[in-house]
Amino acid sequence: MDLHVIGLLVENKPGVLNRVANLFSRRGYNIETISVGVTENPEISRMTITLKGDEDVLEQVIKQLNKQMDIIKVTELKENYVERGLALIKVNADDPNSRSEIIQIADIFRANVVDVGKKALTIEVTGDRTKIEAITDMLKEHGIKEIAQTGTVAMSRGRKSIGG
Amino acid sequence: MKGCEAIIESLKKEGVDKVFGYPGGAVIDLYDTIHQEDEIQHILTRHEQAAAHAADGYARVTGEPGVCIATSGPGATNLVTGIATAHMDSAPLIALTGQVPTHMIGNDAFQEADITGITIPITKYNSLVKDPKELPKVMKKAFYIASTGRNGPVLLDLPKDVQQGETDFHYPENIDLRGYKPTYKGHPLQIKKASKAIMEAERPVLYVGGGVIASDATKQLTKLAEKCMIPVVTTLTGKGAFNENHPLSLGMVGMHGTKPANYAVTESDLIIAVGARFDDRVTGKLEGFAPNATVIHIDIDAAEISKNIKTHIPIVGDAKNILKDLNKKIDKIKQRKQQTEWHKKTKRWKKEHPLEYDETTDTIKPQYIVKEIDRQTPDNTIIATEVGQCQMWAAQYYQYKQPRTFITSGGLGTMGYGLPAAIGAQVAYPKRKVWNIAGDGSIQMNIQELATAVKYQLPVNIAILNNKYLGMVRQWQELFYDERYSETDLGDNPDFQRIAEGFGALGITVTKKTEVPDAIERANNTDRPVLIDFHVDREENVYPMVPAGATLSEIIDRKDVEKTQKKTKPTPMGD
Ligand SMILES: Cc1ncc(C[n+]2csc(CCOP(=O)(O)OP(=O)(O)O)c2C)c(N)n1
Repeated sequence: MDLHVIGLLVENKPGVLNRVANLFSRRGYNIETISVGVTENPEISRMTITLKGDEDVLEQVIKQLNKQMDIIKVTELKENYVERGLALIKVNADDPNSRSEIIQIADIFRANVVDVGKKALTIEVTGDRTKIEAITDMLKEHGIKEIAQTGTVAMSRGRKSIGG
Repeated sequence: MKGCEAIIESLKKEGVDKVFGYPGGAVIDLYDTIHQEDEIQHILTRHEQAAAHAADGYARVTGEPGVCIATSGPGATNLVTGIATAHMDSAPLIALTGQVPTHMIGNDAFQEADITGITIPITKYNSLVKDPKELPKVMKKAFYIASTGRNGPVLLDLPKDVQQGETDFHYPENIDLRGYKPTYKGHPLQIKKASKAIMEAERPVLYVGGGVIASDATKQLTKLAEKCMIPVVTTLTGKGAFNENHPLSLGMVGMHGTKPANYAVTESDLIIAVGARFDDRVTGKLEGFAPNATVIHIDIDAAEISKNIKTHIPIVGDAKNILKDLNKKIDKIKQRKQQTEWHKKTKRWKKEHPLEYDETTDTIKPQYIVKEIDRQTPDNTIIATEVGQCQMWAAQYYQYKQPRTFITSGGLGTMGYGLPAAIGAQVAYPKRKVWNIAGDGSIQMNIQELATAVKYQLPVNIAILNNKYLGMVRQWQELFYDERYSETDLGDNPDFQRIAEGFGALGITVTKKTEVPDAIERANNTDRPVLIDFHVDREENVYPMVPAGATLSEIIDRKDVEKTQKKTKPTPMGD
């Protein structure tokens, strides 16, 4: 099943996120990630939703989202878009060797060490899904204690915008 | 003015003169305003569920939004079944609920329930109004949303302090919602494609749902059917969209549809679905549904397209507009050649497989009662139903000739819908005959509404097809569960005649077949509510039937069952 990225413009009002989430659960679709934030227009928020499913599921999701009054615009983002997520990864770092290795890995991925403890380092990484997966994989060898991730945010490249 | 006055003024602006409801602490201000108001009649039901169904019944027979009011908490939650019922059948409903004062929201205050949260999945739109100044706009928005595009219920939650607060009243003329732009015109290219497909089809079928009634497209539909000689099948909620006496009518399609309708759909090479949503009770097993047909789907809700059945030619928009355009287009291209073979075949099916029941016995057959009501009532009679076998017999044995004459809970299948919906219909049309065809189980779900009918002198007639069973469930238990009648025996039913009399209605008990016509005549001639308790054959079943999980072509009728009785029963399909 493919992963799809959907961009939404919604009214910036209480309850709208609940409505969107409810729509997914009611129809039995699974949200992989969801992220929301206000746009350049304070009345409008932007959501990015990623979900897994075949084309039929995607089509239904988009149509059902379009039906909601508080949703202004729905588009699937494919091919020409930028996508970012942020992850905080806390890794075991009891011995000095692994410590320098972890810092090296972070460098390669242009990630930052944002917290240093006696036994653990916390790395902050931003990037698309594959990048975050890749660094997580690398760090696994040292033992990951905790991960906190934002959902994906995405927008199309160039001049195009969801709004029109 | 005060918030509650703004609410009532808004109702008046929308042309509302009847509302259904039940008071309570959180709507006491609203009710105080209603009390001082002459232009709006309030109908007090005995249960909020009934207020919602009555408003829904009112909406379905008039085409105008129905309005119901309830207090916060338990009042609001009592509306839920009614709202869900309206939602499933796309009835325009406005539910106004009281709410605890804004500063108490979230504190588990007395009679607080998060009704907007609860009703998200069963409303087209809902909103908690936090500022009295929003009221005129939000009321306008509610009516606009409920009655445009695909109709549906809208709930407004109105905190007590918002009702008491002050606002200026400027009712907006128009409303523009950036997230809501229903499509009314069909795409010309799609219409061209569709008309071509219709011209070329050899075995077309019009499959018609409640959307045709909602868009008042009966005339345009009939024109298309006649012009191209296309047989018509309807869904349960589509009944009345096409005159069932018309030679092209094949009746209802689906689980308890007719054999001709189900055969025609199965053998068709073109399905023209209009305002119908391919419900599972219609399609049977999806793989066997119209396996060789191209599908044209006309619907105002784009999300219905290809939801259950793959659509080849989708046309999103209002059924009336689209059928008009199709008719014009087809006029321009030459008349299609009449599909004489196909027409002959469907006519033959109709002859070979009429709806039938055993007319020779002395017991009262429920079908006979429905036919007798049909015989004795004018075409514009409104039939409301409860749910179960009674509903299916009401659908099968009464011939609906006009739109908005049959109101039933199709999508949700809500027992208890019929009586309050009949009350709503009678409020809308005090002079027309209104019957509720009921089961003995269902009638007990909202029987208290007899009091409402009596209080407002609404001459609704109730025919209980009393089989002392939860009949439809018993039928399934008989056919699929080796006759283990778990909790479906209602042998200890109350005396309905005395109940009716207790409420101040006329109660009649009928135990003999010969008494049936007289009882119906008496009810028709009585100008107050009448309840007739017909003691019918207990074990009568609804046929034809497509066993759950089977395809439409596997439909069986009474004769098929009698032939194979006890030898090969339909297999359980886990429904
Ligand atoms: C509120 C509600 N509860 C349960 C059901 C399940 N149900 C469907 S039909 C039926 C039996 C209805 O019995 P009755 O009203 O006596 O009508 P009959 O089938 O005997 O004509 C039941 C229990 C339902 N549809 N609605």
